[in-house]
Formats: sequence, C-alpha cells, structure tokens
Amino acid sequence: MSTRTLASSRRVLSRMAESRTSSEPAAAPVLDIHDVTVAYHRKPVLWDFDLTITEPSLVGIVGPNGAGKSTLIKAILGLIPLTSGSVSVLGQDFAKQRKLVGYVPQRESVDWDFPINVFDAVLMGTYGELGWLRRPGRKQRRWAMHCLEKVGIADLAQRQIGQLSGGQQQRVFLARALAQNAKLYLMDEPMAGVDAATEHVIFQLLRELHDEGRTVLVVHHDLRTVPDYFDDVVLMNLRLVAAGPVEKVFTPENLRKTYGRRLDILDDAGEAMRSRVRSE
Amino acid sequence: MIDWPVFLSPDARLAFWTILCGVVCNASCAIIGCYLVLRRMSLLGDAISHAVLAGIAVAFLLTGSLAPLPVFIGAVTVGLLTAFLTQSLATWGRITEDSSMGIVFTSLFAIGVIIVSQIDGVHLDTDCVLYGSIDTAPVEIITVAGYDIPHMLQILVPMTVLTLLFVIAFWKELKIASFDPLLATTMGIGASFMHYLLMAMVAGVTVSSLEAVGAIVVVAMLIVPPATAHLLTDRLGWMLVWSVAIGGVSAVLGYWGAVRFDTNVAGMMAVAAGGQFTLAVAFAPKHGLLSRAIGRMQLALRIAAEDVIAKLYRLEEQAAESTNRVDVSRKECEHLAGAGWIGRLAILVLSRRKQLATSASGQWHLTTTGRELGRSLVRSHRLWETFLDENFELPPDHLHEPAERLEHFIGPQLQARLVQELAQSRTDPQGKVIPPGEAANDSEHAAE
Amino acid sequence: MEYNTQIVLAGTSLMGVCAGLVGSFAVLRRRALIGDTLAHAALPGLCLAFLIVGHRSLPAMLFGALLSGLVGVLIITALRYGTRIKEDAAMGIVLSVFYGAGIALSRYIQNQSTAGSKAGLESYILGKPAGMILQDLFLIGGTTLACLLLIVLLYKEFKVVLFDSQFASVQGWPALRLDLLLMAMIAVAVVIGLPAVGVVMMAALLIIPAATARLWTERLALMLVISALFGATIGGAGTLLSARFAGLPTGPVIVLLGSGLFGVSLLFAPRSGFLARWLDAQNFRTRIGEQALLCELYNLTEPSLPSLVELDRDTLKSQRSWSDNELSKRLTRLNVADLIKPSDNSRITLTPSGYAKAAQVARAHRLWQLFIESYPDSAPDFTDLDAETIDEKLDQEIVVQLEDRLRSAGRLPKTTHSRTRETTQ
Repeated sequence: MSTRTLASSRRVLSRMAESRTSSEPAAAPVLDIHDVTVAYHRKPVLWDFDLTITEPSLVGIVGPNGAGKSTLIKAILGLIPLTSGSVSVLGQDFAKQRKLVGYVPQRESVDWDFPINVFDAVLMGTYGELGWLRRPGRKQRRWAMHCLEKVGIADLAQRQIGQLSGGQQQRVFLARALAQNAKLYLMDEPMAGVDAATEHVIFQLLRELHDEGRTVLVVHHDLRTVPDYFDDVVLMNLRLVAAGPVEKVFTPENLRKTYGRRLDILDDAGEAMRSRVRSE
Repeated sequence: MIDWPVFLSPDARLAFWTILCGVVCNASCAIIGCYLVLRRMSLLGDAISHAVLAGIAVAFLLTGSLAPLPVFIGAVTVGLLTAFLTQSLATWGRITEDSSMGIVFTSLFAIGVIIVSQIDGVHLDTDCVLYGSIDTAPVEIITVAGYDIPHMLQILVPMTVLTLLFVIAFWKELKIASFDPLLATTMGIGASFMHYLLMAMVAGVTVSSLEAVGAIVVVAMLIVPPATAHLLTDRLGWMLVWSVAIGGVSAVLGYWGAVRFDTNVAGMMAVAAGGQFTLAVAFAPKHGLLSRAIGRMQLALRIAAEDVIAKLYRLEEQAAESTNRVDVSRKECEHLAGAGWIGRLAILVLSRRKQLATSASGQWHLTTTGRELGRSLVRSHRLWETFLDENFELPPDHLHEPAERLEHFIGPQLQARLVQELAQSRTDPQGKVIPPGEAANDSEHAAE
Repeated sequence: MEYNTQIVLAGTSLMGVCAGLVGSFAVLRRRALIGDTLAHAALPGLCLAFLIVGHRSLPAMLFGALLSGLVGVLIITALRYGTRIKEDAAMGIVLSVFYGAGIALSRYIQNQSTAGSKAGLESYILGKPAGMILQDLFLIGGTTLACLLLIVLLYKEFKVVLFDSQFASVQGWPALRLDLLLMAMIAVAVVIGLPAVGVVMMAALLIIPAATARLWTERLALMLVISALFGATIGGAGTLLSARFAGLPTGPVIVLLGSGLFGVSLLFAPRSGFLARWLDAQNFRTRIGEQALLCELYNLTEPSLPSLVELDRDTLKSQRSWSDNELSKRLTRLNVADLIKPSDNSRITLTPSGYAKAAQVARAHRLWQLFIESYPDSAPDFTDLDAETIDEKLDQEIVVQLEDRLRSAGRLPKTTHSRTRETTQ
C-alpha cells in the first residue's frame, strides 16, 4: 500500500473542479463539512469527516450499510446533533440557508396513510418560501403543477398518496423537492426500489438540475450505475475514503478500501484493470 | 329554565339546548381530534384531559374561583407541561414514550385530586368531573345581550370559534407538520412549535368541555369521531367535516338515549359515538370490513371466470385444425372454474355476459366475445413468460406460475409495452404462438 | 395501629407487589398504557355484574370487570389487525367508549335503585381503600401469589416472548397465547386494585415501580424483584401517610410517592441516572478532546523527529474545528499534566512524557483508520471513539498485521505499546 493513499490527510479537500476550468474568484463553497463527528454513545457513525464542494456538482455518495451516509445528510440538515465539527452551506450555517436546501428523504420516513393527494403533497414544497400563515396562491399552484409535469406524474395529481406505487411515491418526493427551488439538493437513496422507467426519469431530472447550476448530492445504493449517473463521487465508510471526479476516484483500490472484499464484481474489475496495466 | 325559542314545547326546549351544547362541544373536540388521530397521538389527548384537572385545581387554589380565564390558563399550562415532560423524559431519561406519558399524567392527575380533596365542597365536585353536567345545561343560565343561554355555551362557543380560526389560519403548517415533520423542520416550519401549539389547543378544548361531559368522555369526543371519519374519506378537509357531523349526531343520539334509558347524557354520547364507529368499521365504503370482503369476493369471482375462459381457449388451440370450437360438459366447466360455489357463480356470470353459451346437447362452449377475452388472457400470459425468460435467469418450469397469476392483471396497455420491450413477440419460451392483440391484428396484417 | 389500617396496609402493599411484578412486563413490552385502558374498560363490566346479580357482590363485580376489560383488549387487537385504525387510536376509542358505557350504566343503576344499594362507581374510579375488609385481603393476596407463581414457572417463556416474539414463534413457543396470558394477568391485577386505589392510580401503579426498577438494573429477574419491592414500599408508605394525615386520599398519595421515587432514580441511579450519564459524557468528551489534541501535536511534530520542535498555535488550531476557548482550556490541562511546555502564548512544545503519550494516541488513531479501510464490514461494530481502547477491542493478530503495514509505510509511531518488536530508534 503506497504512502500516498495512506496519508491520513484528515482534510481531504475535494477538488471537484479539478478537471473543469474555474475562473470564478473564491465564492463561498456550496458545502463545507469540517471535521464532523457524529456518535451515538461511544460508537462513531461519522468520524472526522471532511468534505468541501466548491462548485455546483452532481455527486453520488456511496458506501456500505452502516457507513453513515444517511447520517451525513441528516447532519447537514441539522436534524441530528454533531458531536464535533461544523457544517456550512453556501458560507453560512444551515439554519440561515434553509430556503436554499431541498431534501428528498427515504420513503419510509412518511405516513402514506395521510389523507392528502399528490398535488397537495407537492404543493408542500412551496411552504418554505411562503413562511408562516400565508396561503399558497395561484403562482405556487402553477409552479407545483409544473413540477408535477417535470417528473411525469401530472395525471396523478388528484390521486391519494396511499394509492401510489413505490416509483410513483418517489416521484412525488422529487416533484416536491423541485418545488422547493433549492440551490443544494440532498437526496437519500431516491432510486432504491423503483422501476427502471422511474429511475430513468430521476436521472434525467438530476442532470437537468445540475445543468441549471444547482448542486445535487445523492446517497446512492447501486455501485454499478455510479459512473453512468454522476460526475463526482464520494466514497465513505464512517470516514471519507475518497472524493472527486468519477474517473479519478472510482477505482477498484478505493472501492476495496470502502467495501472490503465482498464484491466479486469489483475484484474482477480490479484484476482486469491490473492485468491490462501489466500487459501495457 | 330557558324560555325560548317559543315555538318549542318545554320538553323540546330542554332537548334543544342540551343538544346544542353537545353539538358545539363535540365540534371543537372533533376538529382538534383529527390531528391527534392522524399524528398517532390519541393517547396524549387522553393524558392531557386527565392532567388538566391539576391545572384547574391549581387555578382554583390561586384565585379562589373558577372563573374561565384563570382556569383556562391553568389548563393550558398543565397541558403544555404534560406534553413537554412526556417528551423530555422519553428523550433524556431513557425511558419509553408510553411509560413516560403514563407517569407524567397520572402524577399530575394525582396532584389534582389531592388539591381538590383539600378544598371543601364548592364547585369542584367529583360528580361533575366524572359524569359531566350537560344534563343540567339548560338550567344553569346566564344572560347575554338580553337572551338567556346555558352557562356552558359561554365557554364552548368561543372555544369552537377559536378552534376553527386556529385550523384555518395554520392550515398548511398543521398539514405539513403532521404529514412530514422532518421536512417541515428542514423548511423552518418548526414541527416542534406546531406540536406544542396543537397541545395547547387540546388542553383548551378539553378544559372547556370538561364541565359539559367530564374528563374522560372528552377523550371519546376527541378521538372517536375523527377515527370514524378517517374510515370514511381520504381527504383531510372532508375528514374534518365528517368528524364534526359525526360528533353532532353523537350529541343528538346521546341525548335521545339518555332520555330513553333514564341515564347520563355524556355517557350515552360516548356510546353513540362508539356505535357510529362500529358501523363505519363494518360498512364504510372502501375501508370497511364489508366492502373489503366484497372486494375480495369480486376479485375471486373474476379470476375464476377468467380461468374458465382461458382454459377453454387453450383447449381450442390444442384441438384439431378443423374444429372451430370445443364443447365441454357442465361438470367439466365447473371443474375448470375451480372448486365451490365461486366456480358455479362464475359460470353463471359468464353465461349472463354471453361469453359462454350452451348448445342443444347441453354442452358449453366459448362465444365469439368469450374467445376474444380468452385470446387476450393467453396473450398476456405468454408475453409475460417471454419477458421473464428474456430478462431473468429462471428455469423454464418457473415461468408458468407467475404468468398464471399475472395474466388477470395485464391489460392491453401493458401488453403493448411488453411487446416493445421484447426481442421477439411471436412465440413464448415453450414455443407456443403468442396470440396477436387487437390493434396488432390490423398492423400485423398490414405489415405482411 | 388500628385493625382497619393494618388490613389496608397489608392490602395496598400486596397490591404494590402484584402491580410491580405484572407491570414490569407491560412496561418492557412498551404497552405501559394498557393498564389505563384496561382500568377504564373494566367499568361497564362492573355495572353489568351489579345489574345481573342484583346486589353489590365484590367477586361478581370483579369478574364482570375482568371480562369487560379483556373484551376491550380483544377489540383493540382486532381493530389493529383488521382495519387501518392504529393502535393508539384503538386504545383511546375502547378506553373512552367503554368508560362512557360504564357511567351510563352507573347512572342508570343510581336512578333505578332504591337508596342504599348503589354500585358506588365513584369508589372504583377514585378508590376507597378504607372499605377494604379481610376477605378482600385474601383475594388480593391470592391473586398476587398466583401471579408470582405463574411468573416463576413460566419465567423463561415470558422472557423469550418479551424480547423477540417473532423469534419465539419460530422456536415453537406459542407467542400469541403467552401474550394473552400476560394480558390476562395484567387485567386481573388492574381489576383487583380498582376498589382500593381507583382507575387512574392503578394505571400508575403498573408503570411507576417497573419504570423505576428499570433504571436500577439491566437484568430481568432483578428488575422484577426491585419492582415488586418498590411497589410494596410505596403502597405501604402511602397508606401510612394518608392515615396519618386524614383527608389525604390514599391512591394519589401512593402515586406521588412513586413519582418521587422515580424522579430521584431518574437523577441519581448509577449508570442510567441522569447525573451518572452526564458525568460520564463529560468525562468522555474531555478524553476525546485531549486525544484529538495530542494526535494533532504528534502529527505536527512527526516530520522533525527525533527533536521535539516548537509548534505554532495557529497552525494547530487550523487543523481542526476548535474554538480559541476550547483550545486554551485543553492546552492548559495538558500543561498541568506536564505533557506540554508552552514557551509563550502562541508556541507549544511536547515534553518527553507528552511525546510518549501523543505517540500512543497517534498510533491508536492510525490503526483505527487503517482498520476501517481494511475491514470495512466490521468497522461499524468495532470502532470506538475512544482511541485508547484499540488493543482491547481488536484481535492481537489483526493489530500486529495493521502495525506491520503502518511500519512499512513509515507511519507507525514508536511507542511502548507496540505489539511487535521494534528496531531501536
């Protein structure tokens, strides 16, 4: 194992913009996670986690079960207390930047028996900008409808949320997140357990969001599709293993460090790569 | 005794005012109760309604009277305290939420009882707390703007109005905080704040209804109409309306029952609510037991009928080229439909629908429409088998079962999509021909 | 002591034992409020029994109460499994509707009957221990004994069902029936206690001793014993207090004593108590903070080893997210322990003993890091924020292996803890 990979550079600055020219002066980083530790009793779930995202990016976050991926998202959102460290969004505390951050939680977090329909659920995405007591007006309703159309469920607008399939529920969440019109999106396994068509729609959406200059951070469950969907990837297992552009970072070496020897497919890939390198 | 409306007889007047108090009381409880039920906090409502006794007792201790304002303040304070302590103990004390709730509200209730026992006589008699005093509502009169009205309306009406205003003003905040508290918090709509605001309203509603129906029937009014309404509708707005309506009906029926059986109104109101709930559980469309059972039976019937059709179609396929139809005896027919009376009923339905017909010899065969249906079913079945075979590594004998189940649910739309997905859609993995679809019929012929 | 008081004392103490025993299961099962529900649901049964029998017969009424309570529980279960009504709503519905039926029946009886033969529902709602007679004592004692016997005999069965009822079913235990048996025991305990302390207080008695006992021990058997003892204590003490200060109703006094005991335990119980946990957390935080600082000090000193160079405080601060305040406090502590030598406000040097400790901590940190990378599957289970536990937590073989890898990368700090032989420095 080389010295470089072992370098316990505890502050792994993700040079997400490495391959892209960046002529902007030092604007506030989109996301700055500094030295974050989250622990339950003595067990660390996130340990000395450092990550900086300087530019709008489309990032996949992967790691084994229990690696702390959901915890990372929740820590950024201020939903769980940090044992140490700090998080800033666009240069400020998250609490001040709420309106700029959109959250797509896991589907299990919600009571699908609640008596509302799809349109209502998506309209909720506009509540943040409305603030207290104000009602959603025509502008918000039109915007909500627009978001429904974008994810392809406009025809389900009047359907009760309890009557949706898994893929449809996920799209509702997405439409709601779109309605929030945020600059930073945090999504927790949006493609888990959905059908192929929905996955395709979701991916298109993420691309579009990124093209519009937003940052999308996605906890992703399927390693095989990481290179297809994301420009940048974060590999983590309690700590940050590596972060950066997929071509540079998504290597068998790093994957082994993140996942161990469980994945035969990666061993094969690693072998193939090594044998190709040797023969060259 | 109140002497208006004049066009009612004295007995009717008694009924009118008592019922009116009941309806108003139920209304405020039903509205707030909807949110309790949806948020799975019904028992917190129970806890608060017991604990407010302490609030009332302390208010009396401090002010020497039961004037509405101090009582209200006392109740809301204790209500908030209950909610707060329950949550804090569960979070910080490392005990479960249900234990925490139990300890907090019983202790507060105990404090209330002790204080009351130390005060001599007065208004705070246990009878009122246990049984409610709505029976004597028309007798305790006060005069407002020249009109005599029952004393308890003076508290009940403003409370109900306040409840309505609260829900209207905070409509969207309550909705999002109840549906997805995590999201609400990340958006800055404090789910916590809404929670405590709701608890304050629960305490207010409870204490205002306490005089009318007593401490525990209040819980019935908070929970039972909303739970009933939840079985009747899937829209939040309608759930609120239904709750209020059911509460009103409980008031009417409760009064009637109390008069008929010479007993206490509050108790009968709770029983009436329970009765409506039971009816809803049994007969609600969509969520009631009866309609679910009917739904299941309808499905079983459809599957049995389709099984007959599909099997007859297959028999026709296998038969020699010359024959254009296959006849089976009635007994064989029933056998194809599956066991029991469902099978027989299925055949009846099929002949009604003219998909099966009898010939002179008493044999059964498919009609043209029946054959159409059979072709569609078999097409679905074989398309699905092909799809499974092309996309999953399943042994050939594992293909039939799932296709057998799914053929009933794959309609023409899904068939068209399957055709698009498949590499080829002429034959299935066993080599049998996949019957063409209806539109395909034309397009295939056109292509040829 | 008066004869009557003696009886009441014995009765409430025994009831406390019963409630403590049976309540433990309810609390552990997260069904603490089932006692409350049962107590309210028992009321119509009481009244119906009175109506049927025609006069106030305690055994009949208690039997009626028991039946009615059990019917309530069955309805709750049926609602939960058969409809979209959730468990909490089901409990609330049964509780309040049955209670309503109860008071309706009670008023009916009052209105019907001639003076003097009332069912006396109030005494069941608020309790009237003074009415206890010797026969009642036998009833309570017998019930308590029966419960105790059942628990002793079926101890391991209850334990399995309590912990994981699905597992129990798979193993072949009739989980559902055992569950029903538990419910029946709770119902019996509740019903027996009704005449003495009333509905709400009985619900409390089922919860408070058990919840308190839970704070003092992790073992089920011990918890049952402590719970029973607490129950007896507050039952007896409550009775004595309310006898002493006539006018204080017994039930509420017992409950408040129980809450007081609970509150004290909540604060002061060793290990689970608030104080103990707070102290523990504070200690832990200090240790972790100190370790982090030492680790940084080592990292900064490492390049210039073997000399212990002077380090700049600002460089140190920039490595982590510490505030000035925190950093100062920690540095002071290290200074006091003679682990560092501050030359002035902004420059720090490790002392030799400080170096030794820092090397130890750095070794542990780096081993953990390597461990997470090398054994990602095990990482969540074994890792500990407290770096110094690494030698206890990990297998010696693994530690040696990891140390070897660190050494070949030139990153193994030289400490006396190293498991492998070191070359002399």
